[in-house]
Amino acid sequence: MAKVSMTVNGKAASAEVEGRTLLVSFLREELGLTGSHVGCDTSQCGACVVHVDGKAVKSCTMLALEAEGAEVATIEGQAAEDGTLNTIQAAFQEHHGLQCGFCTPGMVMSAAALLKDNPKPSEQEIRTYLEGNLCRCTGYHNIVKSIMAASGQDVSALAAE
Amino acid sequence: MPKDSGIGASPKRREDVRFLTGNGNYTDDINAHGQAYVHFLRSDIAHGTLNSVDTTAAAAMPGVVRIFTAADFEGVGGVPCGWEITDRHGNAMQEPKHPVLAEGKVRHVGEPIAAVIAESLEQARDAAEAIDLDIEELPAVVDMKAAVAEGSVKVHDDLTSNLCYDWGFVEENREAVNQAFQDAAHVTSLELVNNRLVANPMEPRVAIGEYNRSTDDSKLYTTSQNPHVIRLLMGAFVLGIPEHKLQVVSPDVGGGFGTKIFHYAEEAFCTFAAKACNRPVKWTSSRSEAFMSDAHGRDHVTKIELALDADNNFTALRTDTYANMGAYLSTFAPSVPTWLHGTLMAGNYKTPLIYVNVKAVFTNTVPVDAYRGAGRPEATFQLERVVDKAARELGVDPIALRRQNFITEFPYATPVAVEYDTGDYHATMDKLTEIADLSGFDARRKASVANGKLRGLGVNCYIEACGIAPSNLVGQLGARAGLYESATVRVNATGGLVVMTGSHSHGQGHETSFPQVIADMIGIDEGMIEIVHGDTSKVPMGMGTYGSRSLAVGGSAMVRATEKIIAKAKKIAAHLMEAADADIELKDGEFSVAGTDKSVAWGDVTLAAYVPHNYPLEDIEPGLEETAFYDPANFTYPSGAYACEVEVDPDTGKVSIERFSAADDFGNIVNPMIVDGQVHGGIGQGIGQALLEGCVYDEDGQLLSASFMDYAMPRADDVPFYSVDHSCQTPCTHNPLGVKGCGEAGAIGSPPSVVNAVVDALQSAGKTDVTHIDMPLSPGRIWAALNS
Repeated sequence: MAKVSMTVNGKAASAEVEGRTLLVSFLREELGLTGSHVGCDTSQCGACVVHVDGKAVKSCTMLALEAEGAEVATIEGQAAEDGTLNTIQAAFQEHHGLQCGFCTPGMVMSAAALLKDNPKPSEQEIRTYLEGNLCRCTGYHNIVKSIMAASGQDVSALAAE
Repeated sequence: MPKDSGIGASPKRREDVRFLTGNGNYTDDINAHGQAYVHFLRSDIAHGTLNSVDTTAAAAMPGVVRIFTAADFEGVGGVPCGWEITDRHGNAMQEPKHPVLAEGKVRHVGEPIAAVIAESLEQARDAAEAIDLDIEELPAVVDMKAAVAEGSVKVHDDLTSNLCYDWGFVEENREAVNQAFQDAAHVTSLELVNNRLVANPMEPRVAIGEYNRSTDDSKLYTTSQNPHVIRLLMGAFVLGIPEHKLQVVSPDVGGGFGTKIFHYAEEAFCTFAAKACNRPVKWTSSRSEAFMSDAHGRDHVTKIELALDADNNFTALRTDTYANMGAYLSTFAPSVPTWLHGTLMAGNYKTPLIYVNVKAVFTNTVPVDAYRGAGRPEATFQLERVVDKAARELGVDPIALRRQNFITEFPYATPVAVEYDTGDYHATMDKLTEIADLSGFDARRKASVANGKLRGLGVNCYIEACGIAPSNLVGQLGARAGLYESATVRVNATGGLVVMTGSHSHGQGHETSFPQVIADMIGIDEGMIEIVHGDTSKVPMGMGTYGSRSLAVGGSAMVRATEKIIAKAKKIAAHLMEAADADIELKDGEFSVAGTDKSVAWGDVTLAAYVPHNYPLEDIEPGLEETAFYDPANFTYPSGAYACEVEVDPDTGKVSIERFSAADDFGNIVNPMIVDGQVHGGIGQGIGQALLEGCVYDEDGQLLSASFMDYAMPRADDVPFYSVDHSCQTPCTHNPLGVKGCGEAGAIGSPPSVVNAVVDALQSAGKTDVTHIDMPLSPGRIWAALNS
């Protein structure tokens, strides 16, 4: 067991963990932040995407100890203190960008990372960027549309929601 | 103007807020105080004699609480099958025992042999590696035709063969159909495979068992589409726990698509082990486990023949299908290739004579059961492929051939035992022609060719039977359950409502759409209505969500219960206003006396029901809560027409979907936004089946596609924006909402148009000998066809 300390959604967090403890397990089991989901065991699905020092990371692919001292942001820290959804979250609700909700935290965190680097991505840039995020419910239509809308693009001419 | 509330509006989903903020409550998010963790040791051999399971060393490993094997399940029932098929000779299907943990033999890779319970998951996994298995490997049988050949290895030694059943439908038509083929002017035949798929909801299955020794109560949290069905199957058939001592909870569930309908061994195990260990036990499936333990879908091998007369009218249809059951019968497996498949073979066409033969076969593979569409995609695929091939052989336009043979008068009794109540197949084809801009295809093809690409157009129709199902009918067909739905509407004193529905939402948005219906009926704000589902202790009874049945059956139960509420509330209102019951009208949340200016508000009536000072106590009881069970009179029959345009890269064989259009008739629509989303998702899965997905076993029964690295799930850049339309509406005639169901249409309607389009593209390049390519249409298969 080893002690690990990091900042998660702006708050200090630390715990004794086994060396093999994954970051996603630390978040879910130690901190009770169950918004990051585990949908696979091969780093394909992206339901566990969080930000580590500002970069999108699949938290199932990183040891908790590797995040020592890092700034970690999860889905639980995305809305305002009063619960107001951020721009991306609001766009997903507005455009029905989620159904069962299981992939959604990873989609929102990946979208945030994309828009940080590319504030007005094209449809194709969004589709390419989401290569590491699987959704089984939406056929991706409304996810892509939500991200375009969140980036301020007019999506009213696109096919219906 | 779009409506902003009630039926026909698209209010934003209320469940989204918790999902978008990480506050969903999925089963794996739940941790019981003092819980131990389960790890299943699964067979890595497809077929073998299980000589011994030595747990001595493993039991001594750190943290191990207890290890279970089949010996611990003596006297415990097997996992039951919920549907019995009678074969074409009048005999019952062969039904093997399905033990919770492997007994005597292992029959597929992934079958659980032992279960380790430990203080941590890692300790359970470590200990499982120390279990000493003695398995004598036997030859495995994977291919269905080989499995039913003379002298095949048997999956179950106590059965006479690997043939579960040989089903003929309609058996009495067999000779008449054969005669029609002899008399035909033209016969088109096609052999095809409906590829084996894995449903892969993004949330893997989870089960948490709890037991309270002081009350003898058991509780199971499980990722199910139908917790009451699990309670009944597991309680009555496996563990012998009566319903009042067993609670099953399915909280937020991360997608189902059919594979979370079924009762699984892991659920029974966790419930059993919680009692045996007297502490909560939790199992969370890994994705790899999901691939080898979730029931798979499809996996049919079919020969279909279509007979036409000299005027191109369809005169008869004959099919011969092998359907894989896997190693054991999953809950509804026998019904999928039979009653959910054979009854759909008329499709949208007035073919007068149809005969369907299905041989269901046991193999050393994971059990196969319903996956989004369940039998109906298999029926639609073969029918729409053979019609397309016939059009090509006859040199006629495939849309014109379809239109010529459309059923146009309703109700229509098919030769395969169902009666379509409503539909307008020309209308959906007209709408498709418009939204898909079919007239612009030639120009788009020219542009593609100029870019060095081949372009193809594929069109198909579909019909499905959903809103399952009339209980008396399915009982005659072999179902061991009723398929009604229940709802309880509880009105609180201050006017708010809670609806306890037996339907279960795992992405469909019932928490938003169901209140729209009641809000319209009473004339109150949707925010006053809350939906409760997924807990057998809160909802009286429920058959769950599958077969696009939630609104058509569950919603109808909710309507019936609300009608009872309104009837009683009118009596109270009549008393309050000193008027006759018959004179009371309800509009916009106000009760009024017809022809007068007297009125009382909804809230006045609900308060009176619970504070009955001025109340007709001699006539009616206080309180305002009603339950209704709704058993549908018929299936519902959504239909539609779909079009796909593809580009094929002749150098690589890669297919890209350039346009996809869907014109559906779902009857009335409650929430258009949600309906669009359901169709999008279905199309995504259908394109996945057509282009990407395929479950692969080698000849030894090893599952080669057991992770997302090996099984190609559709990704965002594999699909385009879809054009969907559901403005063609012929309401269902036999449910109170006039709704038909929309959950499976996309997955049913889309694969044939993709394959039709790819064949069209290849034919346009002069490959006229390419009349079919089996799914998934991988670049390798396309390239081989182009270079054949």
